Amino acid sequence: MTGTSPAVVAASRLGLTFQTNDGPVQALSNVDLTIGKGEFVSFIGPSGCGKTTLLRVIADLEKPTSGTISVNGMTPEQAREKRAYGYVFQAAALFPWRTIERNVGLPLEIMGLSKAEQAERIKRTLDLVNLSGFEKKYPWQLSGGMQQRASIARALAFDADLLLMDEPFGALDEIVRDHLNEQLLELWGRTNKTICFVTHSIPEAVYLSTRIVVMSPRPGRVSDIIESTLPKERPLDIRETPEFLAIAARVRDGLRAGHSYDD
Amino acid sequence: MDSFRDKLIPVTSILAGVVVLWYVFAVILNAPFQRDLDRRANETPALSEFIGKTLSQPKPTLPAPHQVAVNFFENTFLRPINSNRSLVYNAWVTLSSTLLGFAFGTALGIIIAVGIVHVATLDRSLMPWIIASQTIPILAVAPMIIVVLAAIGITGLIPKAMISTYLSFFPVTVGMVKGLRSPEIMHLDLMHTYNASGAQTFWKLRVPASVPFLFTSMKVAVAASLVGAIVGELPTGAVAGIGAKLLAGAYYSQSIDIWSALVAGSVVAALLVMVVGIAGRIVDRAMGGRPA
Repeated sequence: MTGTSPAVVAASRLGLTFQTNDGPVQALSNVDLTIGKGEFVSFIGPSGCGKTTLLRVIADLEKPTSGTISVNGMTPEQAREKRAYGYVFQAAALFPWRTIERNVGLPLEIMGLSKAEQAERIKRTLDLVNLSGFEKKYPWQLSGGMQQRASIARALAFDADLLLMDEPFGALDEIVRDHLNEQLLELWGRTNKTICFVTHSIPEAVYLSTRIVVMSPRPGRVSDIIESTLPKERPLDIRETPEFLAIAARVRDGLRAGHSYDD
Repeated sequence: MDSFRDKLIPVTSILAGVVVLWYVFAVILNAPFQRDLDRRANETPALSEFIGKTLSQPKPTLPAPHQVAVNFFENTFLRPINSNRSLVYNAWVTLSSTLLGFAFGTALGIIIAVGIVHVATLDRSLMPWIIASQTIPILAVAPMIIVVLAAIGITGLIPKAMISTYLSFFPVTVGMVKGLRSPEIMHLDLMHTYNASGAQTFWKLRVPASVPFLFTSMKVAVAASLVGAIVGELPTGAVAGIGAKLLAGAYYSQSIDIWSALVAGSVVAALLVMVVGIAGRIVDRAMGGRPA
């Protein structure tokens, strides 16, 4: 926690219960969490632990049923209306009928920015994710990794200080994923954004994060929060160091502890 | 080129089979009348001569393909286009009300679909009626539409086009309701995170997503429109149009005329569906569709 700077996300005794045909399901229960400005926080846990639900609550895509949550000191709804965050989904979710530049420009069109401002931001964000030269291509002409980079560019074009990413690299192969992880860290270092990152990969979480939130299912809750001791500069081979492996082991223990009553 | 040949060979072999069967049935169906004629004339023709006669009657029960082909050719290419007997003229009369009705029907279908997708009460109240409307036999409704409209002074093209509209709005409504609801949850969530207004979500997401559905349903609608226009010509006592030709042929037992009008109708239908298909492909290409 950064302490002095105001919290970007602050949740207190947050709970969300879905009403399903099989009765109520507690997707989130008693979540207490504060995320400071400039942090890179990963949420990790088995499926059903509520990590995506928590991200969706921050984004005002789900409404909590108990507790409180604030984003930039506002309710999530107000924050969304102020366009306080960019959201990256599991799939690239590009519109197939729009070229890459027009996909990146979509949120800017909706915000009503001038054409010149749009063009400038599109160019800048496509540069940022190394997609310059692909402006006129349609999504199907790009590989999966490039499509996901375009969707990150789209979230960045917003220029919001908070980036919410829901397993953005989950569907990509290991090599592409390593590459994108590296690029994401570099981007985070350059832009000083706050990033909330959902993943189910331990190495990915440890490699990227300043803090790792370990979650467990039934009911979905935070079972451990691990501060990373890794330096901000992280080459890929930091993953072989004892320090890295120690953190990974702690995460694994946390996941196992959350699972102990299961099976 | 290969795909063309892959399609051409099966289609032509089926066509050849149909033509052979058609000739067989023409002989069988026209034989009783021919036997009657021969008996009265006290003739006993050889089998080959007899078959030849069954295939060249002026008012056969079932005209032979070549009779229809000759009639079709003469009435399409050899008559002046403004002649009442010209198939081009009659096809144009039907086509004009088809196109008008199709335009109305498509517009109406889209408007109803937009209403159904955006207003929950319309979804529940309108949809059952729309489905019920298509279970009413059009042949029963058509004369009433014509009579009612004539009573308020509307005659000519509009009543026929209304029947086309009646038949063609339905596939468009169903297709567009599906199309406007086709965006993935993720795309809708994305628009939500942008705090997009309802209108922005509609124009930037729902409308483009529905375009392929629109063209698929328009293909069905344009064929239904043509049926509507032809049916509309039957009770109006229309003097021109493919429907009028069919009716006149039936009055005067001009079976060959009926069949060639039928062929003309099929050609028009095929052309209409093709044009809509080509327009759909052009739009798809313009919207970055992956070439097939």
